[in-house]
Amino acid sequence: MDVNEIKKDFPIFNRKMKNGKHLVYLDSAATSQKPDRVIESMNHFYRNSNANIHRGIHELAEEATHLYESARADIADFIGVTNSKEIIFTRNTTEAINLVAFSWGRRFLNPGDLILLTEMEHHSNIVPWFILAEEKKITIQFIRVLESGVLDFEHYISLLGKHPKLVAFTHMSNVLGTINPTKKMVELAHQAGAISLVDGAQSVPHIPVNVDDLDADFYAFSAHKMLGPTGIGVLFAKLLLLESMPPFLGGGDMIKKVTFDGFSANTIPYKFEAGTPAIAEGIGFGAAVNYLKFIGMQAIEAHEKELTAYALNCLDDIEDLHIIGPGVEHKGGVISFYIDGIHPHDIAQILDTRGIAVRAGHHCAMPLHSRYHIPASTRASVYLYNSKEDIDALKAGLLKVKEIFK
Amino acid sequence: MDELYREIIIDHYKNPKHKGEIPQSQYKFEDENPLCGDHLEIFLKTDDQGIILDAGFEGHGCAISIASADMLLESIIGRNIEEVKGLTKQDILNLLGIELSPVRLKCALLSLKVAKAAIYELNEADDELVE
Repeated sequence: MDVNEIKKDFPIFNRKMKNGKHLVYLDSAATSQKPDRVIESMNHFYRNSNANIHRGIHELAEEATHLYESARADIADFIGVTNSKEIIFTRNTTEAINLVAFSWGRRFLNPGDLILLTEMEHHSNIVPWFILAEEKKITIQFIRVLESGVLDFEHYISLLGKHPKLVAFTHMSNVLGTINPTKKMVELAHQAGAISLVDGAQSVPHIPVNVDDLDADFYAFSAHKMLGPTGIGVLFAKLLLLESMPPFLGGGDMIKKVTFDGFSANTIPYKFEAGTPAIAEGIGFGAAVNYLKFIGMQAIEAHEKELTAYALNCLDDIEDLHIIGPGVEHKGGVISFYIDGIHPHDIAQILDTRGIAVRAGHHCAMPLHSRYHIPASTRASVYLYNSKEDIDALKAGLLKVKEIFK
Repeated sequence: MDELYREIIIDHYKNPKHKGEIPQSQYKFEDENPLCGDHLEIFLKTDDQGIILDAGFEGHGCAISIASADMLLESIIGRNIEEVKGLTKQDILNLLGIELSPVRLKCALLSLKVAKAAIYELNEADDELVE
């Protein structure tokens, strides 16, 4: 994999930052940059094939429907799902999880039921369950995170003994970078009689994921973190579950028939896709997974592993800098850290003057930060377009931060 | 470059003169900026005429928020609390002597917001206090 060649596919790297600096983009865990072919696939759609999808009986409508449904098939294939009906388009991971809480949770959870989350979830896999807990009087318990940044498996197994109805957890932490042993966790959940929901927002963009093989019941992810546009994401769910679930939002496209007395729901996946969807974005999402397939997820994973190991090594030399999260053997390309006496906002601001984009704050995971007794952290995250030079720039920037605050 | 981090700001951040609770203060209020985890509590002690005799703060935050708190308190000691009610965003920017992006402006204005909420004896600080 040649990073310099890959960088050429991403037009944003042609721009200059203030002070004439090159862009050093280390914020892909928040959102990734977009390659030309993703941007162009959407432009091409608007210029050549724009029409509303489904039902239309004209050439453009047929073309638009074909492009949109092909994207669905490409995305299914990308995550190892054989039946593309099991791919529901949503706005993003957050909406996908909310869909499950709203539809499945409301129908199948009863007062007193237990659901398990982990201490490393971001807010979108916590808050929907809190909302549901208030309404349905269910109990939520959190699987502990060990100081090293991995889940406490003994705690997980003991909590499974309480017969939870659902285990919802992240495949890869957006703060610690921890890659959870998802297949094993799903298997244990099933043995305990629980349904599993996996938040794949950070994993699908960065490592090969085969959802059929993981046997997850629900699996959610977003396009914008994997080279695609904002405004579209996916909920994978097993067909049997989807058939048992009531609709989420009501409106056009999700109905088979409407009368003055009521409605009957459309077939799956359309039953869960009310209203005109993000058509161009769906097509852009398809282009993104095809680009990732072309580069190869194994190559991307290996590249990020190498960069992460390099970065951990570089940052380790900086005095008073503490990395949170496990070693490279258990994590993806997300490196969160704090420096004694210097606030993450100040770190990010000084790095910004050097054209380096990192994230500072709680990264939508406030409970996890309180678990580590820190108000916030600075996060550098890498993707296929990052190089060792980017990490060197980060290190030089951090040394400058230390100098300013010495 | 790095003009945001003028020496004077770093100095107020690292060696704040007004850090610490003021005993028997008539006015106090605490608030946080959950976006960045900054937390600030301000104490104001006045005489019968409302002249600020002493002021202090507790909490943690970025260099901009801590320096602005320290500089604000330094500038209001000896003044009447009525005058503090009239302070604006621009007064804080003048104290800091820097330009700020909208996100960082929130850091800079946290102290004025908390001080005004203390003086008005509010239950909740509102961003409109520092418009």
